[in-house]
Amino acid sequence: MATAAAHQTHGTEERRAATAAYEQAFDTAVAADERIEPRDWMPDAYRATLVRQMAQHAHSEIIGMQPEANWITRAPSLRRKAILMAKVQDEAGHGLYLYSAAETLGTSREELLDKLHSGRQKYSSIFNYPTLTWADVGAIGWLVDGAAITNQVPLCRCSYGPYARAMVRICKEESFHQRQGYELLLALSNGTPEQHEMAQDAVNRWWWPSLMMFGPPDDESAHSAQSMTWKIKRHSNDELRQRFVDICVPQAESLGLTLPDPDLKWNEERGHYDFGPIDWTEFKEVLKGNGPCNEQRITQRRRAHEEGAWVREAAAAHAAKHSDRTGARQA
Amino acid sequence: MTNTDWPLWEVFVRSRRGLSHTHAGSLHAPDAEFALRNARDLYTRRGEGVSIWVVPSTAITASSPDEKDPFFEPAADKPYRHPTFYDIPEGVKHL
Ligand SMILES: [Fe+2]
Ligand SMILES: [Fe+2]
Repeated sequence: MATAAAHQTHGTEERRAATAAYEQAFDTAVAADERIEPRDWMPDAYRATLVRQMAQHAHSEIIGMQPEANWITRAPSLRRKAILMAKVQDEAGHGLYLYSAAETLGTSREELLDKLHSGRQKYSSIFNYPTLTWADVGAIGWLVDGAAITNQVPLCRCSYGPYARAMVRICKEESFHQRQGYELLLALSNGTPEQHEMAQDAVNRWWWPSLMMFGPPDDESAHSAQSMTWKIKRHSNDELRQRFVDICVPQAESLGLTLPDPDLKWNEERGHYDFGPIDWTEFKEVLKGNGPCNEQRITQRRRAHEEGAWVREAAAAHAAKHSDRTGARQA
Repeated sequence: MTNTDWPLWEVFVRSRRGLSHTHAGSLHAPDAEFALRNARDLYTRRGEGVSIWVVPSTAITASSPDEKDPFFEPAADKPYRHPTFYDIPEGVKHL
């Protein structure tokens, strides 16, 4: 009995030493800007953080298809329709890149979708706002995809290899998303007074929610510091938000549209634009599920999954039948 | 029957003739034929490829990252396998 206990203690100590060595190798790799790959040892919390972030990111891509797909059948021209379909299809692709990257961490596709459908994992709050007019498609491309790009470009250097690689692919594709939105808004802004008004109204509604996409202010951001140490994140929320504002102001001028913020003005001293306070109560409400479209988005997602079940079943049945036949022929 | 019953496939894309296939990512599909079609839609929407391979992920045997150092060690102490190892007098050409 005593010997067994001694052995056990010895084993635990050995394991602890091994873990410490692994931990050190991990820290060294991250500090040296090396990438962590799926089969490398990693701290449990690092893995959990990545799964949470990548899942939320993947969910955002596929939920984000809904507000825009809402306008596909009503696109004003064949050109715009083809563009919008390509864009929405890209977002589906982004979701798939990210789901498979998340799966390298040991979670499964089914588990991820299940957590989305049951509300245990989140998606970006921005997609809980409605697309009321055609101009919203433009505002989403310019501002929402624009904010996403600002967030995502640094993620191409994220310490986790599969995530960084997925982001490289995504960022390449996002540029078209932003440009088509900008072009669409420009056409409306230069159109009839009603069209101009429609574009302005869309920008008025999407501006603030887009700024919220960068997450809570730095002093309230729960996971930021640790994610920065792990090099999952490279810049703080406020830093990226400022970068986005600075990019957007001149772009809005070229559009002939105004950003709905009376406090927006160049600060010579800082070398940045100052902007007004963000309504974080609204952000928290939408996050809690009280946004205009939370219910609709998740209901639609669940329904799409359920209604697509027969396709998945039929494909699996076809595959099984086919492999039986090839099996029989080979035998 | 759900999506997870579909096996995982690794996708390799040849971006143009003369180059080898490179790993692009992975996807789920019920069989090889679907995997190819899904791979086309997922990884070559902008003419990124002229040829695609799909391989069941389970068919891949990988070296373990744990044995990274000992496994690749034999190559580490053989600098004479590199051309820069050799001292050649200056002025000698085409060498
Ligand atoms: Fe996307
Ligand atoms: Fe996008």
